[in-house]
Amino acid sequence: MTPPLLEVHDLRVDIPLPHARLNAVRGVSLTVDTAEAVGLVGESGSGKSLTLRALLGLLPRPARIVSGAILIDGEDVTGLPAKQLRRRLTDTMSMIFQDSLTGLNPVMRVGDQIAEAPIRKLGKSRSEARSIAVGLMREVGIADPERRYRHYPHELSGGMRQRICIAIALSTKPRLILADEPTTALDVTIQAQVLGVLRQLKDEENVGLLLVSHDLAVVSQACTRLYVMYAGKVVESGDVLDLVAEPRHPYTFALLRSVPDPDARVDRLLTIEGQPPDLTDPVSGCSFAPRCPFAEDACRTDEPELAAYGPQRMSACRRVDTAPRWTAMVEQDGSQEAVNGR
Amino acid sequence: MSAVTTPGTGALGPGAVDAGRTRRRGRRRNLTLISGLVLFGLIVLCALCAPLLTGQDPIKQNLPQAFLTPGSPGHPLGTDAFGRDVFARLLYGARVDLRVGVLAVVSPFIIGTIIGLVAGWFGGWVDTVIGRIVDIVVAFPFLVLVIALVFAMGSGTLSIYVAITLVGWVAYCRIVRGQVLVAREQEYALAAKASGLPTWRILLRHLLPNVILQAFVYSMSDIVLTLLAIVTLGFLGLGVPPPTPDWGTMIQEGQQFILTKWYMSTIPGLAIVVTGLALALIADGIVDKANK
Repeated sequence: MTPPLLEVHDLRVDIPLPHARLNAVRGVSLTVDTAEAVGLVGESGSGKSLTLRALLGLLPRPARIVSGAILIDGEDVTGLPAKQLRRRLTDTMSMIFQDSLTGLNPVMRVGDQIAEAPIRKLGKSRSEARSIAVGLMREVGIADPERRYRHYPHELSGGMRQRICIAIALSTKPRLILADEPTTALDVTIQAQVLGVLRQLKDEENVGLLLVSHDLAVVSQACTRLYVMYAGKVVESGDVLDLVAEPRHPYTFALLRSVPDPDARVDRLLTIEGQPPDLTDPVSGCSFAPRCPFAEDACRTDEPELAAYGPQRMSACRRVDTAPRWTAMVEQDGSQEAVNGR
Repeated sequence: MSAVTTPGTGALGPGAVDAGRTRRRGRRRNLTLISGLVLFGLIVLCALCAPLLTGQDPIKQNLPQAFLTPGSPGHPLGTDAFGRDVFARLLYGARVDLRVGVLAVVSPFIIGTIIGLVAGWFGGWVDTVIGRIVDIVVAFPFLVLVIALVFAMGSGTLSIYVAITLVGWVAYCRIVRGQVLVAREQEYALAAKASGLPTWRILLRHLLPNVILQAFVYSMSDIVLTLLAIVTLGFLGLGVPPPTPDWGTMIQEGQQFILTKWYMSTIPGLAIVVTGLALALIADGIVDKANK
């Protein structure tokens, strides 16, 4: 069996604060195979973006990686000297960001921005790079690329700019694209188009995708496998369709129940009461326990491990066996307030 | 920019031709910038064409003709205490002051910008060390430090350049560093880093063009400040050595007669004000243009 393209083991990211230390990412492990599309879902502050940025050494100051290993093709690259590490990471992966306007250099023609890496990194001549850039623009679905080549970012629409960002990300010939909420700033039709481009790249060019989003709908459109993060940890993982149909962690369950589903008749949408835990304090027990409708005493004291549950499924819930009855339990209890016992 | 695009143009056919046409359609007129450029252009033109505009020698003394009022025949702006033609001194003084003013801003601008880029991008101990040096320089009043340095090196234009460079770079360093701290977290900078471009390339191509504007705008007013510094140095006998005409020296010479002959200081003073206005208009115009 060939090793996966990217493996991350027990990644921990801390943000030192003046009087405390915020454990933003608390031991995340994940794998992405060649040409696989994987989603990473969670709410704001769950550490999903930091996880992604840590993979390319792009953590904002003062956040830093405390421990963890990154394996590319099964080889641990974390021990490499800084320069080689950066080369290895940037050769394998590239990244697209949420805001396509700040994602592009405002004072540089978009075509030149795409042609830059082929010239500086792959050693192409200017004219070769230019035709590579035009080719990439065509590939991401930009009509009339020769004309658009000379445009500046502010002259293009949001969807067009995000396509340019994807073209730039592709210009280094990566095997994996890390996408940080790439469609959040776009309206729904453009979202679908951009996701279409990413999916097409995966199918036709074998470019893998690690997509970070807070939007389950976006992720289930684009990805086949899914990691759900909460409070800096992966709490559940598995095949997208499986996971959406049968969530095995109360957080995922609550997340899915809080989105209106046109096919199912639900009288009342579930809200998740309370706030995520303060990660500057050590978390005892399950980090979701204070907000969990199914929590029992043990949940508040013993921290559950992420454990395999069924084929390709992992869950970090000690009450995972009761999962099939969760829907019934919530509906029986009536209002969410009663469930939380507040 | 054009260097990147030109080689491929031939191979692309009609699209490339079209691109040139659609670009920059409907450029709005920028009155501030235009009037600033026109005014500054006139001043520079006057300085360059000084021998054509006046037949008088700015240095030649003629004591019997001293203290002529403006409008006297042959001396449109009168003469000074030594009988030298004020109009000629004003024109030739522009040559000296503009040269010194602009040159004395160029090197602090370049040096300060480079140091600011490095400090902002690399951070850590590099930033700390540079920050401390900046703090030390800033702790002294600008003029006091310049005067001390010029005094130590001896008067003359070279000393002025060196002294103003040694003190002036900190302003550019601070401006650029602050802008880099913002720009380096912008996603385009992260994206450039993520594509594995060399650091110098990221600094020069992606950060510099986006952070330079503030420094450039400041440099316009810095020229005026520098002019004033030169004037002050002249007042203390450390400036442009006499008898070379210079607006600062003219103001200083006129101030002893200010109660009876107000125009002697006022005319070169106005010249400084107008130059400052022209530069300020240019700076504002550039900001307008960039924000459009």
